[in-house]
Amino acid sequence: MMRAADALCEALTNEGVEHVFGIPGGANLPLYDAIYDAKFQHIQARHEQGAGHMAEGYAKASGRVGVALATSGPGATNLVTPIADAMMDSVPTVFITGQVRTDLIGTDGFQEADVVGITLPVVKHSLLVTDPRQIPDYIHKAFHIASTGRPGPVLVDVPQDLIRADIDYTPATGSPALPGYKPSTDGNIKQIRIAAKALANSKRPVIYGGGGIINANASEEFREFCRTDELPVTLTVMGLGAFPAPDEQWLGMLGMHGTRTANYAMDEADLIVCVGARFDDRITGKLSEFAPRAKFVHIDIDPAEIGKNLPAHIPIVGDAKDVLTKLAREYAALNPEPARLGEWWSRIRGWQSEHPLRYEDSSDSEIKPQFMVEAMYEATGGDAIITSDVGQHQMWAAQYYHFAKPRRWLNSGGLGTMGFGLPSAIGAKVACPDETVVGLSGDGSLIMTCQEMATAARHDIPVKIFLMNNGHFGMVRQWQELFWEKRYSSVEMGPSPDWSKLADAFGWTGMRCDAKGDLRESMKTALETEGPVLLDVHVTQDENCYPMIPAGAAARDMVG
Amino acid sequence: MGEPGTPELVKLEDLEAGSALTGRKHILSLMVENKPGVLARIAGLFSRRGFNIDTLAVGPTEDPDVSRVTLTLDGAVHPIDQVTKQLHKLINVIKIRDMEPNGTVAREMALFRVNAAVENRGEIMQFAEIFNANIVDVSRRTLTIEVTGSQDKIDSFERMVRPHGLIEMARTGEVAITKSRPDA
Repeated sequence: MMRAADALCEALTNEGVEHVFGIPGGANLPLYDAIYDAKFQHIQARHEQGAGHMAEGYAKASGRVGVALATSGPGATNLVTPIADAMMDSVPTVFITGQVRTDLIGTDGFQEADVVGITLPVVKHSLLVTDPRQIPDYIHKAFHIASTGRPGPVLVDVPQDLIRADIDYTPATGSPALPGYKPSTDGNIKQIRIAAKALANSKRPVIYGGGGIINANASEEFREFCRTDELPVTLTVMGLGAFPAPDEQWLGMLGMHGTRTANYAMDEADLIVCVGARFDDRITGKLSEFAPRAKFVHIDIDPAEIGKNLPAHIPIVGDAKDVLTKLAREYAALNPEPARLGEWWSRIRGWQSEHPLRYEDSSDSEIKPQFMVEAMYEATGGDAIITSDVGQHQMWAAQYYHFAKPRRWLNSGGLGTMGFGLPSAIGAKVACPDETVVGLSGDGSLIMTCQEMATAARHDIPVKIFLMNNGHFGMVRQWQELFWEKRYSSVEMGPSPDWSKLADAFGWTGMRCDAKGDLRESMKTALETEGPVLLDVHVTQDENCYPMIPAGAAARDMVG
Repeated sequence: MGEPGTPELVKLEDLEAGSALTGRKHILSLMVENKPGVLARIAGLFSRRGFNIDTLAVGPTEDPDVSRVTLTLDGAVHPIDQVTKQLHKLINVIKIRDMEPNGTVAREMALFRVNAAVENRGEIMQFAEIFNANIVDVSRRTLTIEVTGSQDKIDSFERMVRPHGLIEMARTGEVAITKSRPDA
């Protein structure tokens, strides 16, 4: 017999958990008492949202399940944003919340919130413990569901009285009993053959990959498949790193702030092979005018993605690793004629030379944000784990930092959660202590979760935050400039904290850079300095992120 | 054209994508785990994806761990394929059957309370007889009638009695089961 709280910790260890992120409170006091003796390390965050994003960063960087803990009521509701974020970006995560005693449930007890109900629309699954003996099994189920099929967040809500009970603990192993959960991973070979034969007949193909490739750890298979022929490749913001950039076959990112080449290629393609992506509105622009000449092969582990936004001509349900291995084999066996792509490539090369990504650099000491990303790429040798917040800096990083490997670019793509950058960097660094982890933030985003600087300081987690400080909610400012007649409404930050002083106050090393000539050296120093460092870089305030497909417009109507 | 196992390539112009809308009524029969909150998950999915349920009936099955949820939806408005795929993503949903209209027995029960003054009481009772309906409650001015049958039959009965003054109506929504093969 052991306390259910101890059994929960044992169950986490049984799942291979080495780190959890969280905050104690009333309803999860028994769990935290057990954590006192647990075999895993607990990283104390300063806000549950931070703990949740840390778990996401941990999962995205390592591929392992990220775990975050919170107490009932406000602790649990503070997790809603990271849970929704993990749902949108398919991040394998388990969230364990304390709940009030069972006799208080439904009475509006102190710190009571129906977190299972609140999170219902944004979880892959949730489990409310109603008997302490369920705990080992529920934890096992939660990890299984979070990490298999299309990954996602699973919530386990544990009432405070039940977790104090004594139970017999036997580790749960093997496939848990889930009669309604059988994700199919093996791609149908007949469908794959049809796809290969269509591709071999295609004159203007584009391979369009997304985050599913990274989730499936299938980047190598994806690259191999693309290399079986001279297939043009583009990736979504979630997929960056799944194909090494820069590369001869690489068209750049597609979508709203993607390259003209990638978007024009989609527009003129006759066959689009989508792997682990979901034809999101940021990719398609105006849906009715998206890729009007193309037939679609859609490969996804989630059958519901196929046909959701666009009809698929050749649907293939399966794990990207399995499907891509088979598809590469089947395609190569057809000995496709490379010369048939000659005309297509000359069209693509034309766009590439006519419309490269470009910006007007300053002629004085002003730091252009794009220049900052390029300097970051140089300073890190292109090989750091980069986490990002949400906004212009995120798009510039996606454009100008050339990700060569998977799990090097962690950002909030689907939900677009400002405040994701710093805590996810902390989580990534905990998962990958030997890697350089740089969080690129904007000043609008960073302040949303900046309290987590205390977490990095307390646990000595040496992340580097490069702050692209333009004094604005830059992306919103850009939209107000372009689409709302320059009626700038609440986009200027006004008096912001002195970031380097704030960093110092948190026990970090704070630095500031205002001049282009000093930037490379500042970045080098920041990367070489021990411990967490914040480098506040003051960049052009009113730079716009281009090119751009205006919301609801078609790809061929890109501006800038 | 490019059948599996043949050497020809697939002509892109031959590729077709399935149409999303079927244009007819669908009865979905869901076997779900008999656990608290499962109905909330299904209802929540429908509301957040903008699917509109026409009828919904929930009840036990021969297996105490499993409940059956029978839903009807309009396939002219909703892509049924997408609805079933989304429902399949709910971990507690074990099995979904899109019931074939020809291979299905579907029944609904309804209770009608109608005005039945002396002068039209006879006519209403005749309707009840034609529809094989039961009169389950009587008062001086009203009749309460129980009708069982297909959705269409109940719709027809409603049209018949409405002119007499329909005071109240309660319908269960359809439940359905597949027909056995004659030799089974």
